[in-house]
Amino acid sequence: MIKKQFLIFTLLCSFSFYAQDYFPKNDGVKATNTNYTAFTNAKIFVTPTQVINKGTLLIRNGKVVASGTSVNIPKNAVIIDVSGKSIYPSFIDMYSSFGIEKPKRSSSNSRTAQYDASRTGYYWNDHVMPENKAINNFKYDSKSAKALINAGFGIVNTHIQDGIVRGQGTLVALNENAGNETRVLDVSSGQYLSFRKSVTSRQAYPSSIMGSMALLRQLYLDADWYAKGHNKTKDLSIEALNHNKNLVQIFDAGSRANILRADKVGDAHNVQYVILGGGDEYERIAEIKATNASLIIPINFPKAYDVENAFLASTLSLADMRAWNQKPSNPKMLAENNITFALTTHSLKSPNAFKAHLLNAIKHGLSKEKALEALTTIPAQLLGKSKMIGSLKNESQANFLITSGDIFDKKTKLFENWVQGNKNVIKDMNTKDITGNYEFSLNSQTYKMSISGESNKLKTKITSNEKVRGSRIAYKDDWVNIAFTTADSTKQEFIRVVANVDANKNLNGKTIMPNGNELSFFAKHSKEEDVSKKTTNKDDTESEKIFPVTYPNNSYGFSALPKAEALLFKNATVWTNEKEGILKNTDVLIKNGKIAKIGQNLSDSNAKIIDAENKHLTSGIIDEHSHIAAASINEGGQNSSAEVSIEDVIDETDVGIYRNLAGGVTSIQILHGSANPIGGRSAIIKLKWGETANNLIYKSSPKFIKFALGENVKQTRHQNGVRFPQTRMGVEQVYIDYFTRAKEYDALKKSGKPYRKDIELDVLAQILNKERYISCHSYVQSEINMLMKVAERFNFNINTFTHILEGYKVADKMKAHGVGGSTFSDWWAYKYEVNDAIPYNAAIMHNAGVTVAINSDDGEMSRRLNQEAAKSVKYGAISEEEAWKFVTLNPAKLLHIDERVGSIKVGKDADVVLWSHNPLSIYAKAEKTIIEGVTYFDLKQDKIKRSEIKSEKSELINMMMQAKNKGLKTQPIKKKIKEHLHCDSIDNDYQH
Amino acid sequence: MKNLKKIFLFVMLLCSSIVIAQQTPAPKQTKAITIEGATAHLGNGKVIENSLIMFDGGKITFVGSALTKITRIGEIIDGKGKHIYPGFIIPNSTLGLVEIDAVKATDDDAEMGTWNPHIRSLIAYNTESKVIESMRPNGVLLGQITPRGGRISGTSSIVQFDAWNWEDATVKTNDGIHMYWPNSFTRGRWWLGEDPGLKINKKYANQVSEVANYFKASKAYNKGGESITNLPFEALQGVFDGSKTLYINVNDEKGITDAINFSKENDITKMVIVGGRDAYKITNLLKQNNVPVLLQRVHSRPNNDDDDYDLPYKKAKLLVDNGVLVALQASGQMERMNSRNLPFYAGTTVAHGLTKEQALQLITLNPAKILGIDTNYGSLETGKSATLFISEGDALDMRTNIIIEAFIDGRKISLDTHQTKLWKRYSNKFKNQ
Repeated sequence: MIKKQFLIFTLLCSFSFYAQDYFPKNDGVKATNTNYTAFTNAKIFVTPTQVINKGTLLIRNGKVVASGTSVNIPKNAVIIDVSGKSIYPSFIDMYSSFGIEKPKRSSSNSRTAQYDASRTGYYWNDHVMPENKAINNFKYDSKSAKALINAGFGIVNTHIQDGIVRGQGTLVALNENAGNETRVLDVSSGQYLSFRKSVTSRQAYPSSIMGSMALLRQLYLDADWYAKGHNKTKDLSIEALNHNKNLVQIFDAGSRANILRADKVGDAHNVQYVILGGGDEYERIAEIKATNASLIIPINFPKAYDVENAFLASTLSLADMRAWNQKPSNPKMLAENNITFALTTHSLKSPNAFKAHLLNAIKHGLSKEKALEALTTIPAQLLGKSKMIGSLKNESQANFLITSGDIFDKKTKLFENWVQGNKNVIKDMNTKDITGNYEFSLNSQTYKMSISGESNKLKTKITSNEKVRGSRIAYKDDWVNIAFTTADSTKQEFIRVVANVDANKNLNGKTIMPNGNELSFFAKHSKEEDVSKKTTNKDDTESEKIFPVTYPNNSYGFSALPKAEALLFKNATVWTNEKEGILKNTDVLIKNGKIAKIGQNLSDSNAKIIDAENKHLTSGIIDEHSHIAAASINEGGQNSSAEVSIEDVIDETDVGIYRNLAGGVTSIQILHGSANPIGGRSAIIKLKWGETANNLIYKSSPKFIKFALGENVKQTRHQNGVRFPQTRMGVEQVYIDYFTRAKEYDALKKSGKPYRKDIELDVLAQILNKERYISCHSYVQSEINMLMKVAERFNFNINTFTHILEGYKVADKMKAHGVGGSTFSDWWAYKYEVNDAIPYNAAIMHNAGVTVAINSDDGEMSRRLNQEAAKSVKYGAISEEEAWKFVTLNPAKLLHIDERVGSIKVGKDADVVLWSHNPLSIYAKAEKTIIEGVTYFDLKQDKIKRSEIKSEKSELINMMMQAKNKGLKTQPIKKKIKEHLHCDSIDNDYQH
Repeated sequence: MKNLKKIFLFVMLLCSSIVIAQQTPAPKQTKAITIEGATAHLGNGKVIENSLIMFDGGKITFVGSALTKITRIGEIIDGKGKHIYPGFIIPNSTLGLVEIDAVKATDDDAEMGTWNPHIRSLIAYNTESKVIESMRPNGVLLGQITPRGGRISGTSSIVQFDAWNWEDATVKTNDGIHMYWPNSFTRGRWWLGEDPGLKINKKYANQVSEVANYFKASKAYNKGGESITNLPFEALQGVFDGSKTLYINVNDEKGITDAINFSKENDITKMVIVGGRDAYKITNLLKQNNVPVLLQRVHSRPNNDDDDYDLPYKKAKLLVDNGVLVALQASGQMERMNSRNLPFYAGTTVAHGLTKEQALQLITLNPAKILGIDTNYGSLETGKSATLFISEGDALDMRTNIIIEAFIDGRKISLDTHQTKLWKRYSNKFKNQ
């Protein structure tokens, strides 16, 4: 009864389905087809978890009417018996650029950078385009559609994949037989974002990921300000952004690390993105889980590398080799951790490859149910379209697949893909299987014929009188064409057959003899050839070894994070950096991550004893100026980038961290580069190798920002500099301008009146309010002096001059101002402004009473800062005790972390290094590097790691060779290059 | 001890402020000099504690124990507690060819073109360079001045670091031809949207045969016959007759192997691998063919993420232990100003396995042998040039590499530099305030 009512209801509704119903009709009479179609005797997956065996699926007008084992089939129904076959909802690809032409690169060949926007009436940054609408650029692409349909997709969600904010996407059904009026399901299916700039504009900002993050944050603030009606001018971008606010927000992150970055931006502005990942989420699955984000996951698993050339193979990194081995397990890991995810064909060259990758994921442990969900119900749910697509519940669109069996089985054939009730035949399911044995006679001679193989690639074997004839067969649409040779093998003569296949698979037709005579032909099908010689495909049964993830997941990572221990160093020479000086034959006890006791004959029953006789124990080296462990260093798109922060782009996988530990370094400040007078905010981190990026950052870290002076900021080496300032004179005015504005801003903010929140000015106001310190890249005395005067005018102090190579010329002024100097030991002659740089700089500044540190600015030098400190003994006769402080206690002071680190003092963090010799000696080697009681580097462990790396790589190479032998495709070896970052480095991979 | 050092330095400071700044090249040795009581590191692996070293007319006349009964000649320097070393040698250097890296006007190290054997570094060598004088207070007294760029960069010469002009500076003229072996790998052009990683260089075989053809053509030309003068071919002549060494810059294992085979096929008797990043993997081949290595900078990062963190530090040992003749050099970023750290490169190899005297050889006798100047330089031996210095302590360690006196060909050279002058000026400024 209910069903009947329901049927009437759908009948009524169905009229509205064809939107062109009101169009005039000029090519014939109106011929509406409101018949039902019933698919009977099928195994129907209404949803991944709701399965009907031997059921009926009833559809009409492009929608599902009913499904079940006892469906009433109306009289006006076309019945299709699909017994033995399965019906699944068609797949949904929710991340696509289907039907959208690739945006064209800005054609300008100008070598002059562009700093201003090219548009008016829109946001100040060209890369923000929320006003874009995919539908305006959409053109149904039949060729791409075909490939997607063949891969099992019925619905794609497309957008313009260009820019940082990309506007609205369009949801499309791949209905080949209708127009956009029918197949376009939603013209605002979501709003799309990324960290990548638009190719259509050359506007320089942002030039880094941290810049993109800052831009999005400011955009959200501006949108809020605008929504409240405070803006005095029109901004179509912001209006569009506010309009799109309630749509699903889909973020193209593209990697594990960027998922975290995107989520961080979203969380701060109450936006939960659905995020496109990179397939490497398994490396830090707990962190990914903690974002609570739903993900879209590509499954473009890497091919094995072609490792036959041993020279080439030796350049492969363990990380890349592991990726090949581990990535297919990513979907399984996501599912096991209950992370909601959809799968996409994105990043595949063609949807044709999708099934093979998917089967690979299933082979690696992804359950079939989860796989089906990731392709149907989950994307539907993420798009807010569960009632319309993604299942075969009543009222859903009739988008479904008919298969020969389990869709996730390699041998299963996909016969048909119905979209909105329209049939697409991929493989004719009515094709009869004519494999088997036949017998026929011609001119009273008896022939035996066996047919084997797939229907589109059949093979025949014809024998007569025990003699095999050469033969060939073609089979299509129930007709066969057979040609075979005559008994006389000396002649090239053929007997040709053309025959129809009847219901009993017998062949009925005629034969054309070589002489042109025609004879009738009949071949009787007898019992099928025994094809049960099960070729147990090795590929499917053997379970390949999957190497465990390490932290980080590259060479020298830990298989389990090391733990803090109680350690007792016996009889060491202890460089305390305190008034006790250098103590001989002294014991140091470390407990709970802190330095617990210093003295003679210490004991502790719980502590591991380390014999440190003839060895030296020091506090860990602190590098005031480092650029390791960062995904980007410079945001040079503007002359001020106070809004960006290196804390956003820490790369905890950089092997530079491990190598610095091997050089006795325990803490570093990762500074923004020197591309602009006001740079970005720093990250002060401990080198806790294996921890997540966030866990590296100091708890309640002191706040720092990088400033820069001189040749870099005035773009000396740019051919056509157009960014203010181009001289040192201009640099001063940049500072005065920004601090003046920050002061006014801060006053307004404190007044309680409404104000437009500006991240950049907030950061600068922190400086004025003495809540944030400046570390300023500096070379010549004039500009050093200038910046101190600017600071004094605004009533604050510069905290540190870094590089400060002419600090020795103004050491007295620095002392008076109260600024510290963090310098190179002996660098000079690399540019004009270091012409007067001298290695005695540290000594002179120190002797004048300035707090002096020696820094690296270089991932190579930072591995041996102890040697650099020792140069102050040579150049300027600094005592060893003081020279050692240049790389430990003094940088700790400059970074305002000396309460926690920088000396061996009871109560301070147990960040210590055990050295083989006097640490200032060229002959010293760090044997153990310990942070908060955790041993992160140990010379003995390092040896073990080396041999483990060697054996794992050998094993992986073997597996790749086996993969190639199995006939799997391989990829040529390419060695990734990690840029060695300095002050003036710009993200290579960021530019397009 | 510490006090002594302080007093000593103070005296030094006082003296130097009285004496007129002297970066003027020193005159010829007119008076014999005897250094007695120092620890002499001969550069050939031997050490003499409490040594006696005498030199006159620019030549070493005696090397032995201070216990030797022999007449001391000339000025006597008390070397007790101090150390004597032969002057350090920096091969494959561009000192004097570039002054300030970022200022193009001061940059003369790479000529345009591909085949430049005729291009000579010597005539561009600027003896007044402030960078060169900064070598001397660290003990680096000799260098091979080498052009860069192209397939064949040009011809080097060997100079000493205290001279009025390049003619005075010359130790050996046109000693070698320098070339860059084709790369097995090329980098993707990221600015064209290519993957920026390394990939196999498809033109490698072509480029190698171009090199072979060039050498064959040059060899044929030099056999005589009627030809129009070809300057590059003529310049290459020396590598065939053995009067010039062929220096091949190459780093990867395959490239090094190919370069060695190439040299054999072309009857090039004196060939040296420069860089040799992967040379430690094929020490047998190098040894069998008597091919020495001017090793890449010790203070560099490992090439691959998976490499041992200390691989660049210990490569010298891996080569030396397997019988390869090795010397250190500094080419790379900021190579000129960094050349004064040559002794510390050697010191670092000690922390990673070599003995101190083996390490010293890497910057004294070994480079002298490789450059073909060992009859006169590279070790403290009777009859050799008196190119040496006295250090407060171990010269391979920064803390004790404090040079008191240095001599080139017996001439007592100034240890002042642009940098020490500024040091003194500003130290005094603050002292007098």
